[in-house]
Amino acid sequence: MAIPTLPARYKPALIWALYAIGLMPGLYAFYLGIFGGLGADPVRTFEHLLGLWALRFLCLGLAVTPARDLLGINLISYRRMLGLLAFYYVLAHFAVYLTLDRGMILSSILGDILKRPYIMLGMAGLVMLIPLAATSNRWSIRQLGPRWNKLHKLVYAIAAAAVLHYALSLKAVTAEPAFYIAVVTLLLGYRLVRSRLMARKRRRRNGTAGTTTRSRA
Amino acid sequence: AAALNAKPSGYVLTEKQTSKQDVTSYNNFYEFGTGKGDPINNSGAFKAQPWTVEIGGLVGKPQTIDIETIFKDFPMEERVYRMRCVEAWSMVIPWVGFPLSALLDRVEPLGSAKYVAFETVVRPEEMPGQRGLFQPMNWPYVEGLRLDEARHPLTILATGLYGETLPNQNGAPLRLVVPWKYGFKGIKSIVKITLTEKEPPASWNVMQSNEYGFYANVNPAVDHPRWSQATERQIGEASGLFGGARMNTLPFNGYAEEVAGLYSGMDLTKFY
Repeated sequence: MAIPTLPARYKPALIWALYAIGLMPGLYAFYLGIFGGLGADPVRTFEHLLGLWALRFLCLGLAVTPARDLLGINLISYRRMLGLLAFYYVLAHFAVYLTLDRGMILSSILGDILKRPYIMLGMAGLVMLIPLAATSNRWSIRQLGPRWNKLHKLVYAIAAAAVLHYALSLKAVTAEPAFYIAVVTLLLGYRLVRSRLMARKRRRRNGTAGTTTRSRA
Repeated sequence: AAALNAKPSGYVLTEKQTSKQDVTSYNNFYEFGTGKGDPINNSGAFKAQPWTVEIGGLVGKPQTIDIETIFKDFPMEERVYRMRCVEAWSMVIPWVGFPLSALLDRVEPLGSAKYVAFETVVRPEEMPGQRGLFQPMNWPYVEGLRLDEARHPLTILATGLYGETLPNQNGAPLRLVVPWKYGFKGIKSIVKITLTEKEPPASWNVMQSNEYGFYANVNPAVDHPRWSQATERQIGEASGLFGGARMNTLPFNGYAEEVAGLYSGMDLTKFY
């Protein structure tokens, strides 16, 4: 599928603009929160919203490969941005949890992390994201070579941890967490069938090409 | 909402009351949707008038009472209670209501009655949370109390808040308020009250019995399996994002002196 591509020289500018746009929901919520525009429980709303945006960017990042495979839309050069946006939202989400929510009371925070599976899952997601964010630069990609790909498969575990962390933090699984569980399941499930799917696609393409050649001959 | 005449009562918390805006816009009432803002946004079509409540089971005088009769026959009182949600937040709400025991006296419970069961109305056409594909729980919402809990002077049926009749999103026209229990025990829009011999089902307990007990007494020492109940965030305490420190949750939500005796000899970690 042909989608309009940008001249290479505009790409960095576009990426910076997309970073700014990607950070908007968080900044806007912060602005609303300061002026009392986040409703009756602003801390919870803000904390929740930052987490949800982190999950959304994780899902978008995981959608890049299937979008290329299945729809022919190549957004690979935006994937680093999506991953880093997810990382920034996770950091902000964690910072709000530590300060505004728990008021930096370390005993309560440590107790929470050690006792609550959903907090443990969230923490695990954050910890696993750190090496990915740290190696998201070109130098690391070159240095690590094929190991970079292996390392960045951690994102599958991160997405699973993130969506479970979200669902378990709620009183009941309502429509919204159910939606994200379905999305993450599809995105991760795709990885299980991808190699077979691609092989079949290649075979079909080769097969078709062969027939064409024969009929021409 | 119409103005209500209510005499002051002895049960008035002196803490700062949660604003009417917050009390009426931040609600859990899944019949109208699972979001906190859903009840106020989706309850416009709900008709709380006319309304009758059917009271039966193990009683000498089963009857169906009109809400107008309830307003006429039971003197309303103002009760300012803290409401502690199982999700670890709380509000201080000026309810208008009357003791449930007064209503129970009228129907004359039999000696065999040990529990009181409650049921919420089912009206999918007026309650969007009760229709559609993704429904989080089974309807009707049901709740129950032990008879001595139901007869306790703190237990009221509320008909209003902030001096006016209940808004739809808060459980119009009649709801239960049991201030020493988690908020989900406070069943809303009640159409049926049944006295029983056996412990009646309670919706959240049926759905997740390891997380929500039949008793659901506020207890900072017994955590929800997935989160701590030791502290709570007071709704409306923070102006914006800052300044809303958590407060320590009190045993029986601060009503231990009045109600702890109801549970003497019971292991509250088992009967949570």
